[in-house]
Amino acid sequence: MTAVTPLLSVRGLTTYFDLEEGVVKAVDGVSFDLERGKTLGIVGESGSGKSVTNLSILRLIPTPPGRIVSGQILFDGKDILTMSDDEIRTIRGRRIAMIFQDPMSSLNPFMRISRQLMEITQLHLGYGREQAHQHAVRMLETVGIPDPSTRVAGYPHEFSGGMRQRVMIAMALSCSPELLIADEPTTALDVTIQAQILELIKKLKEETGTSVILITHDLGVVAGMTDEIVVMYAGKVFERAPTTELFAKPGNPYTKGLLRSVPDPTSEQGRLYQIPGLPPDPAHLPPGCPFAPRCDYVQEICRQEFPPFVSLNERHQSLCHFAAEVYGGQPAGA
Amino acid sequence: MIRFVLRRLLVTIPMILVVVTLTWGLIRLAPGNFYATERGLPAAVEQNIRAKYGLDQPWYVQYGRMMANTLRGDMGTSLSYDGQPVNEILRRTIPVSAGLGLLAYLLALTVGVTTGTLAALRQNSGLDYSSMGLAMLGISLPNFVLGPLLVLLFSLTLYWLPPARWDGLFSRSMVLPVLTLSAIYMAYIARLTRAGMLEVLRSDYIRTARAKGLRERHIVIRHAMRGGILPVVSFSGPALAILVTGTVVVERIFAIPGVGNYFIQANLNRDEPLILGIVVFISVIILMLNLLVDVAYGFIDPRVRY
Amino acid sequence: MSPTASSTRESGISTAVTEAAAHVERTPDAEIAGTSLWRSAWRRLLRNRLAVFGMVMIGLIVTASIVGPPIIRTTTGYTYDSIPAESSLVRSFPPLRAPDGSLSAAHPMGTDSSGRDILARVLLGGRISLMVGIIATLVSLVIGIAYGATAGYLGGHVDDVMMRIVDVLYAIPYMMVVIVLLALFGGQSAIGQLFLLFAALGAVSWLTMARIVRGQVISLKNREFVLAARAGGVSTRKIIQRHLIPNTIGPVIVYATLTVPSVMLQEAFLSFLGLGVQAPLASWGSLAADGIQNIAVFPWQLLFPGITMALTLVSLNFLGDGLRDALDPQTRKT
Repeated sequence: MTAVTPLLSVRGLTTYFDLEEGVVKAVDGVSFDLERGKTLGIVGESGSGKSVTNLSILRLIPTPPGRIVSGQILFDGKDILTMSDDEIRTIRGRRIAMIFQDPMSSLNPFMRISRQLMEITQLHLGYGREQAHQHAVRMLETVGIPDPSTRVAGYPHEFSGGMRQRVMIAMALSCSPELLIADEPTTALDVTIQAQILELIKKLKEETGTSVILITHDLGVVAGMTDEIVVMYAGKVFERAPTTELFAKPGNPYTKGLLRSVPDPTSEQGRLYQIPGLPPDPAHLPPGCPFAPRCDYVQEICRQEFPPFVSLNERHQSLCHFAAEVYGGQPAGA
Repeated sequence: MIRFVLRRLLVTIPMILVVVTLTWGLIRLAPGNFYATERGLPAAVEQNIRAKYGLDQPWYVQYGRMMANTLRGDMGTSLSYDGQPVNEILRRTIPVSAGLGLLAYLLALTVGVTTGTLAALRQNSGLDYSSMGLAMLGISLPNFVLGPLLVLLFSLTLYWLPPARWDGLFSRSMVLPVLTLSAIYMAYIARLTRAGMLEVLRSDYIRTARAKGLRERHIVIRHAMRGGILPVVSFSGPALAILVTGTVVVERIFAIPGVGNYFIQANLNRDEPLILGIVVFISVIILMLNLLVDVAYGFIDPRVRY
Repeated sequence: MSPTASSTRESGISTAVTEAAAHVERTPDAEIAGTSLWRSAWRRLLRNRLAVFGMVMIGLIVTASIVGPPIIRTTTGYTYDSIPAESSLVRSFPPLRAPDGSLSAAHPMGTDSSGRDILARVLLGGRISLMVGIIATLVSLVIGIAYGATAGYLGGHVDDVMMRIVDVLYAIPYMMVVIVLLALFGGQSAIGQLFLLFAALGAVSWLTMARIVRGQVISLKNREFVLAARAGGVSTRKIIQRHLIPNTIGPVIVYATLTVPSVMLQEAFLSFLGLGVQAPLASWGSLAADGIQNIAVFPWQLLFPGITMALTLVSLNFLGDGLRDALDPQTRKT
């Protein structure tokens, strides 16, 4: 396979927060690539650092108390972390767009939707008012808002939750960006609406060829949507693999645990599985593997030494002392 | 919205009448009267006075007459100022007080909002600390201390500005009174703006605006301002009312012929028509201003339903 | 969640206070015991240098007001109204100077035009001003808490009516009524005037306190732990005692601490106009009124009471700010 330059290449991204409790290592040495036209899923529990990773990509981390300590974020070859403020503003909204978890608080409640849509194209594409307005109506239509020419003049609180998220998507795709980052786009929505939104994202992606990063804690969401998955825990990448392979042959005990946690309506089991224990306090991480206290496969070495990042095959890596065993299907305790 | 305004206007009239009744009641209940002198008047003279002013009628007749007159806008004649019609006194003094108050508030708004916004944008910087420190001083220094201090400094030491004098609203002699009056409001508004802006700048929709690649100045002015300024809008209604009425101290210090002084004196003199006249005026102003502020709030925040 | 017009309007200066208190409302629920919340808040407060300065300053001023006058009386024989017997001494001397112009510690703040020691008068003024401030605030606290808690807890029509009344009362121009009240009924005796002041000034501030308390009670009433307590069969009185009160106290404390300086300012303003504290008693406001007569020749007559008052108010405001920040970490500068 010839190596194509990935659209986005994150290398060793490290972002810390200086808080009262201490230094929180929210993201600690995260690396992954995203090829053009592909969809990458980033999965993890709350506090795993997945959102911080994505905010770091666009340098939206509030500084203070956060700071991007080190790493590279190569977008189309250029390192975002060394760009000037002006440069990065040409990328935000134009080449990389982001949608957030809670559409109610993410839209400006004091401003009409039309304005919130128009200012993007007016700024980045130099559209005039008339043109921007028509474009806005078209975008609303594309995301499936009924009666767009009337509703465009409305305010966010006049839309339902699902509608608002569609508006966010319309905003994000206004300038036909090359990369769309969707940070838990469905977490705040009802289950039925969730499916609609995901379908919408999928459809738009196929129509426009936009690359997508989809962040979620829900494995079910990534299953049907993504080409590749990155599993994060305690600020680190724990596993990286193409989607089908991750589900079929996980190489990491954490991933296995996550997969077991997805409720299977067809199974006979009485109890729902949950990974025992809680995620670690990011300000006080233990030495060794951060997942050790909760892991089924744990051995003494896990508590002492930080695990290696093992390459199971060309596209599949796992951060574990026993990656090969897990990958090979060995059950825990063997 | 129109219905809301109309409804409020309708409520205004009974409210004013309630306040007038309350005040009238207080005046009647209070000891003393307007014609009392040190030695007491001969009975015949007192009887004449009472008959002349209708004070010998039963209280409900007097009350009714007063209310009827009030509704007609006829506030009668002052009992202490040489028979001047109350409306005339009001016409002379209201523009002075109102002008002073308005100027002071505009100054307070401009300086306060700008300072507060800058302080919020440069949180924890030298500008932030110094401006908020100054604001703290502003709300802690009474205006009757600040005023004389300013006079001491600018008039009596530096000779830059004239001390207590009234030369009209847009003269140099207005600088110190307006400054003195606006100081505390400037301080409050600066603090409110800073707090409001800080809160807004932390919110998700500002993060969205940044993610859209908008310029920082555009974000602050077009996106953050609206939400950030709401506390100031809420504050403005009652504050403006207090300003207009509470200029008493400044009027005293700077010898300004405004309503405040007349009000105090009228009360001490038991000058009922003048007291009631001023009360009506103040109540109207306050209720109107509150209505204005609520309407403005509704314009800025579309979620507020009337 | 649409705020109505009247609920967004607060009385004059106390808007700032309400904003402050509203921030504290978002404090996470206190645990049933409630101690850990207070302890961490206390620690935060201590770390705020301005607040500590305020606390210390207030402590000093209150102590000076209480023990100062008797100390001065026993050491130098001056009281706040002692006029020197010798007529040549019945004039205003500058601070720290003897009648012949040499340095002397007899009158650290000078004398007023009747030869009375200004330091003694300022200390007495402190007693009176502080007393008025504290008692009037207590009055507004008691009324406000009782009214607000009742309205909030009973809810329904009772609450509606009670709040309507508050709305109507808000529209009344308070200072105007207070002026009328004091001018008409005052001038009887110095003590009588004081009581009038307590009542009048207390009546001005209770409205906002009632609103704050009601808001807290309403939001707490429906929180899970109250429902849980109810489900567990805990009586209404216990619920109010153990759950509602500890959680309401935060904003109440902040509001009270910020009301005292506001009330003191109002009293000073009234005394300055001759409507507040009457001779022979003195408050900082009346001292300023006296002092202003001779500002050009004897500026210390105004300066000392004025600066002392400003210092007290600044300290109270720092303390109030500090309390608000300590009880709601979100508004802290990190």
